[in-house]
Amino acid sequence: MDSSLTFKSGLKDVVPTVFGYVGVGLAMVIVANTSHLSVLAVLLMSLIVYAGSAQFIIISMVLAGSPVSAIVLSTFLINSRMILMSLSIAQYFKKDSLGQNIALGSLLTDETFALSMNKLNQTGQKLRPTWLHAANVVAYLVWAAATVVGCLLGNLITDPDQFGLDFAVVGMFIGLLYLQMITDRSKPLLTQLWVVLFVAVAMYILMRFFPGNVALLIATLLGCGFGMAVSPK
Amino acid sequence: MSPYIFVTILLCGLVTWLSRVIPFAVIKNVTVPRWLISFLSFVPVAIMTAIFVESLLTYHAGHWPGVNLPNVYASLPAILAGILTKSLLAVVITGVVAMAVLRLVGWA
Repeated sequence: MDSSLTFKSGLKDVVPTVFGYVGVGLAMVIVANTSHLSVLAVLLMSLIVYAGSAQFIIISMVLAGSPVSAIVLSTFLINSRMILMSLSIAQYFKKDSLGQNIALGSLLTDETFALSMNKLNQTGQKLRPTWLHAANVVAYLVWAAATVVGCLLGNLITDPDQFGLDFAVVGMFIGLLYLQMITDRSKPLLTQLWVVLFVAVAMYILMRFFPGNVALLIATLLGCGFGMAVSPK
Repeated sequence: MSPYIFVTILLCGLVTWLSRVIPFAVIKNVTVPRWLISFLSFVPVAIMTAIFVESLLTYHAGHWPGVNLPNVYASLPAILAGILTKSLLAVVITGVVAMAVLRLVGWA
């Protein structure tokens, strides 16, 4: 990754993250297949909801026949971390038009957010819509393609985990987190390590009381407050 | 596709889209106070840590979380690859291969 913010470098930068989408996309389709959800329903969900973990929850709740209101509320809770990510990244596009901002936000994911935060450290804290559009669109297309291919292969591959693909997402976040810590020069490494430690411990304690997705949101908010408190004034 | 599934997908898509887009519209029109910028500057490292740690734990309602040992084992070579190469792709591939090997030898 370098300091270039062109459409082409956006295409290039997003490549390492697409492995994760392929793994999750395949896994989701197989879950959906075994639960007799139609290919069209799964594809529509990938295109309209476009959020991996929420889609798993939606599939399982639809199968259980949960009320629509409960499914929508769960989806909101799981994806409410999007609010935090959008708030963070939107600061860098204040000068761009509202239309651009809405287009950028519409396809923002955990992955392209994390990638952008890494990119900021290479570009002197600047981002451009063209670069993020490129990364977003590739991610969206790969996600849609993984869904379709998954539907076609669903009956052949019953266990994508066998190839370790389920770990691609975890691996990606390990890489993005590590690169974030070593390249973000706006904060001392020690401060960041303290935040990592704090959030890790908070997650363990919070998951005693809340499912992972809710714990994740609370731990992030607490972690940001903790970071503010311990950062050198 | 039943209307139930169709309506569910549409409404879930709508709340997700609003969560993604409203902050952009708000930030565009509001001067963000300095404390909020400072707070938000910790979002990347905090949220990525939380996502990573979530994958290492398993939730059991009403109990302490369990540890997802296969993910912990596969994370170790992946972290090492990050330190050695500083390459995202190398971390992802190392992790996936490590997990495939763990499954092959029956440790996961």
